[in-house]
Amino acid sequence: MEKKKAVVLTVRYRPPRSLAPRHRRRATGLLVASCIVGAAFGQALPEGQWHAPAGDPANTRYSPLQQIDRHNVAGLRLAFRFPTDTRTGLEAAPLVVGSTMVIVTPYPNHLYALDLSTPTATLKWRYSPSPAPASQGVACCDAVNRGVAFDQGRLFFNTLDNQTVAVDLETGRELWRTRLGDIRRGETMTMAPLVAKGKVLVGNSGGEMGVRGWLTALDAADGHIVWRAYSTGPDADVRIGPDFKPFYGQDRGRDLGVSSWPPDAWKTGGGNVWGFVSYDPKLDLVYYGTANPGPWNPEQRPGDNRWTAGLFARRPDTGDAVWFYQFSPHDLHDYDGVNENVLVDLPWQGTPRRLLLHPDRNGYLYVIDRASGEVLAADPYGGAVTTSTGVDLKTGKLLYNPRTEPRLGKAVRDICPASPGAKDWQPSAWSPRTQRLYIPRQNLCQDATTYAASYIAGTPYVGADVKIRAGAGGHRGAVTAWDPLQRRAAWQVTEDLPVWSGALVTAGDVVFYGTMDGEFKALDATDGRLLWRFRTDSGIVGQPIAYRGPDGRQYIAVLAGVGGWAGKIVSLGLDGRDPTAALGFANAMKDLPSRTRPGGMLYVFALP
Amino acid sequence: MSSRCLDMTLCAALLLALPLAGCEREMRRFDTPPKATDRAGPQGAALRPGPFASAPGGPDAQARSMSQVPRQPPPGYEENAFAVAQGKRWYRWFNCNGCHANGGGGMGPALIDATWRYGRQPGDIAETILQGRPNGMPSFAGRLNEEQLWQLTAYVRSMSGQLRADVAPSRSDALSAGEPESRRETQRPGRR
Repeated sequence: MEKKKAVVLTVRYRPPRSLAPRHRRRATGLLVASCIVGAAFGQALPEGQWHAPAGDPANTRYSPLQQIDRHNVAGLRLAFRFPTDTRTGLEAAPLVVGSTMVIVTPYPNHLYALDLSTPTATLKWRYSPSPAPASQGVACCDAVNRGVAFDQGRLFFNTLDNQTVAVDLETGRELWRTRLGDIRRGETMTMAPLVAKGKVLVGNSGGEMGVRGWLTALDAADGHIVWRAYSTGPDADVRIGPDFKPFYGQDRGRDLGVSSWPPDAWKTGGGNVWGFVSYDPKLDLVYYGTANPGPWNPEQRPGDNRWTAGLFARRPDTGDAVWFYQFSPHDLHDYDGVNENVLVDLPWQGTPRRLLLHPDRNGYLYVIDRASGEVLAADPYGGAVTTSTGVDLKTGKLLYNPRTEPRLGKAVRDICPASPGAKDWQPSAWSPRTQRLYIPRQNLCQDATTYAASYIAGTPYVGADVKIRAGAGGHRGAVTAWDPLQRRAAWQVTEDLPVWSGALVTAGDVVFYGTMDGEFKALDATDGRLLWRFRTDSGIVGQPIAYRGPDGRQYIAVLAGVGGWAGKIVSLGLDGRDPTAALGFANAMKDLPSRTRPGGMLYVFALP
Repeated sequence: MSSRCLDMTLCAALLLALPLAGCEREMRRFDTPPKATDRAGPQGAALRPGPFASAPGGPDAQARSMSQVPRQPPPGYEENAFAVAQGKRWYRWFNCNGCHANGGGGMGPALIDATWRYGRQPGDIAETILQGRPNGMPSFAGRLNEEQLWQLTAYVRSMSGQLRADVAPSRSDALSAGEPESRRETQRPGRR
């Protein structure tokens, strides 16, 4: 029975940019034909579908569809809506596989499948994993979920209470579930899995609870754990062996995940894996970032705190580390290294290279050789950086500014960017047509004091009081179109509120994103001009996608439901009179409760 | 030495001493960061999730120990500034501020507003601390003694202005903690 389903959906995808437009059209024709007859079609591209939150394993969030373009997008109309029955932050991307759309909600992590072959997209099935209610109390940044992955007829997602679940796409039947962590230690799971070579790659959250971070590979067929790679501790736990060849000298040595910490502090040291995972099938490497070290108070953990706030390249089969680069050694400001890694092939200074683009929370956009781990460029992309003076490209080291280094009992002012960084989890989109990275981001600074935090398992392990506010210019967000070859912004659109939604860019040269007060917007990818907007019922913190419906029309879909770290002042009803609420984010968002309200709705748009 | 001169010397000494005493009153002694081997505060096994979750002992055991929480604190807590100030220390010591911030909330709900999901009476709050609650509040049973429990309870109530202004704390060591507890208007519950 399972086999039959696998046949219907045996589809593989490659980054669409690898195809010439002529071939792309042919592949689309094949796809539509095969969807109609429900036949297997081996290697053909499911162009127009959306099988992973990032659209492809390179994490480009680029759709090759061009029915909706910058000339006609102004005519976009609502096609249908679907209520999610939730009131917390909807950070996920919908998936589209064949004629089925799949969405996952924040806690209680409902999974809905909609039948796109019906005009109003009727509900095909609903699956509810019933996670433990207590898990809500250990989720640092709202009870969010960032999406579902699809492979071979199966859907994979994580529950807030640390279970990875596989569900049959056609029936909604649970195939397996594996428990991977423990909420009593403050552990949760919020990230979207990535499937590579039959392995479901998942990571944990809990950097504010002293949770030791890991990435785990599960067998897609039965859910058994194939390997687990920790972000701290002895080399054996980190899966560092003879193949590990980091580019920079400071990352070479024995058991650095132990020796770069005070005794035993690596056991509660964070380095969680809650961002997106990328995969390059040619190099056979997966890429993912590790989060902040715990606690935030850096004076409690002298040392470089490896392997936190950095980037791992690993083999998907074994989990063996191939290289590592640390964006923020001995992180001082909660600059997690988990932001997305977008894999692009570009001529770098005249030579074609396999590159990785990473806009980090520390304020720099890194261009990295993804085969070797060498940093080729690191430029400020989101306003002034006061916490460091730059990145030394010879040594790869971040050059800290001593003025903003936290010290016990000292109020450190004008820390830019603030703890959520120049951007946080909200993923950027890469257009191979314009060769620009469209970055949704914040413009925030903060003041902070630190104090000694006690470690009590299952409670926060932070040791900092933070007060976040708008950065220079007074606006709190922006969308930046970054040109990695010119190493500068091609254009930038400012937003009053932080842009906490993901970005999407299409072959029609349109960039889509949402605002926290509920405006879904389309910009001209070439110059940033506003082309269209639509007011939703709640702030948007989700990831927009594009797909071709069974009727052959192009659709744009996004979930609207305010929340997440930036929006929990609304979704959880926090009190903005305390500037340190929501780890200091409430101070910057005091006006949000009067500008939007909690909600949960899928919006899908099309041309009339 | 004339008595006038002595007076002048005394006056000068007094004038010097006054601001020094003021400094002493206002001086903050911060805890030094603990060594990794010598971490401040309680530690040990993981906390239990709140009731109705998969807590050890099951609902029966929880109901039994809940019935042991007195509904009212003994005298000497809610009327005593020292007790409330101590409660404010425990509030940070036990990482209450990690979830509830300085009252505005975060992972847990706000404590300075007028909403009490489980009641605003001292017995309700003590019960919440001891037993935990189903949506994420862990149980701190076995971690605080009864004195600490009532001190912490009194402080939590002071955060929303439930205590007398001359009892509630008037200063904070936290950055930008907002209005001092002693100056907060009493929040009236919308329900229960």
